[in-house]
Amino acid sequence: MSAPANLERLPRTPGAGRVTQARVAVSEWTKLWSVRSTRWSLLTAFLFTVGLAALACAVVSHHYPQMDPREKARFNPLEVNLAGVQLAQLALGVLGVLIITAEYSTGMIRASFTAVPKRLPVLWAKAGVFGVVTFALMLPAVLIAFFVGEAILAGHHIDVAFTAPHVARVLVGAALYLTVAGLFGLGLGAIVRNTAGGIASFAAIMFVLPPLMNVLPSSWNQAASPYLPLQAGEAILSTAPGGHLSPWVGLALFAGYAAVALAAAAALLVRRDT
Amino acid sequence: MIEAHDLTKDYGAKRAVDALSFVVEPGVVTGFLGPNGSGKSTTMRLILGLDAPTAGTVTVNGKLYRDHQAPLHEVGALLEARSVHTGRSAYNHLLALAQTHGIPKRRVHELIDLVGLHDVARKRAGTFSLGMGQRLGIAAALLGDPQTVMLDEPVNGLDPEGIHWVRNLLRGLAAEGRTVFVSSHLMSEMALTADHLIVVGRGRLIADTSVDEFVRRASGNVVHVRSPQADELRDLLVAPDVTVTVVEPGLLEVSGLSAPQIGETAARHGVVLHELMPQQVSLEEAFMDLTRDDVEFKAGAAPVATTEAAA
Repeated sequence: MSAPANLERLPRTPGAGRVTQARVAVSEWTKLWSVRSTRWSLLTAFLFTVGLAALACAVVSHHYPQMDPREKARFNPLEVNLAGVQLAQLALGVLGVLIITAEYSTGMIRASFTAVPKRLPVLWAKAGVFGVVTFALMLPAVLIAFFVGEAILAGHHIDVAFTAPHVARVLVGAALYLTVAGLFGLGLGAIVRNTAGGIASFAAIMFVLPPLMNVLPSSWNQAASPYLPLQAGEAILSTAPGGHLSPWVGLALFAGYAAVALAAAAALLVRRDT
Repeated sequence: MIEAHDLTKDYGAKRAVDALSFVVEPGVVTGFLGPNGSGKSTTMRLILGLDAPTAGTVTVNGKLYRDHQAPLHEVGALLEARSVHTGRSAYNHLLALAQTHGIPKRRVHELIDLVGLHDVARKRAGTFSLGMGQRLGIAAALLGDPQTVMLDEPVNGLDPEGIHWVRNLLRGLAAEGRTVFVSSHLMSEMALTADHLIVVGRGRLIADTSVDEFVRRASGNVVHVRSPQADELRDLLVAPDVTVTVVEPGLLEVSGLSAPQIGETAARHGVVLHELMPQQVSLEEAFMDLTRDDVEFKAGAAPVATTEAAA
């Protein structure tokens, strides 16, 4: 082993080697792709979105001749096509939680905050990199799911064209919806700093809270439920007009929940001991 | 340079660091010594801003750590608790840290070679032994070519060859004019590495002194004198701040006078001396003596070591 005196000195010019938001983002890109959980979660989300779409469309397509007229009237090809989104959002929410909580459970967070002691650039970089990666991956996933699914449904001429009303908005919206779900998980994970707790709070808010609303008097339930994160976000996936929240308002509200979670995480991040 | 002023940290009702003030100077290896649970690791976390002090301040190279534009160029730190994602390879771990400061990949490769992790650089850090983990931590600490190097128990888990390597590394870094601050609960390790010592017990400063001075002070200036005229000599030596005890007939233990002083007194009065021995205590004994009252977790009935060394 060489002696420490052989260590090359880095240039010390003022300004060079400073921590910048862009550099922290590059670092977070490296971190994201250098652990297995990322590849597995993203692969799972992609396969669910495409695979379940094909499967659901094939099942429905096979069953269609036996459907009664009322079922046929209610049939919505796009809804069947997006069956995989429900599972993909779970995989992405869990990954969002893990991106931050795995740093706490392994102690990596100490190295991260030693390199970037102002801390907030780490959270913003995680959110930015993860958000962009998720959208860049899930938009093609949703589009592939659509074209594969509709090709299957076309066998019974029950498909819907890409150019039909709302279709493009629903597909782009689905990718945005999944991105927001992942960022919501990241925000919750950064608040609770614990993997099990983060996943539990994500699942509780998204999937347990809505049925729980049924214990409320129905007038309260009907007034409050559309504003829960899941229902608000799903407005973007709706093709039937006249929902409680318009599609983009619903998605914006869901994004608002994620933003509040990230803002709360940021406020805690700079105050808490590590 | 690290400067702490009245640094205090409470965790709930427990005071981990208690009004600690010290300065760690560049160019020497400063040992940070204390029993387990004495607040060493907490102090290091406070220096890095990972924990916020309850009171007081600590600055590195003149600024709060978090106010530095390029913190990894100022301080390189190895913390006692592992700070590595177990699922990430050593190379990617170092690369991600380097990228926050725009440090080139070349430097990452150099450090991997320097610490001897070349063959395992692509393996997941979770598979590393304690010693390999320490080497990775040391590589991370040196990544930014820092002016100040701070290592918490760096030789933990290293084999003898690795311990030797760390010692030389620390000495070399100090010789380059850097500030080197290294903690240990092992006095013997510090004796071989450090020039200066900051000793803490239960979060309080016990000593801030050179290694030589530390031993001299702790040994209490005790000299053993063997003489056939012991009784006569005792009467000559006794003074208000000098204690003379008879260990056995013909053997005196003198504290408060140096060996030359005793020898000169004896010569002036024609007293024959057979032995004149300053009693050196080992660093370990000096340390245990000094921190005896400040050890957090004491073994129940075990006898406490004294400064009395075998001659």
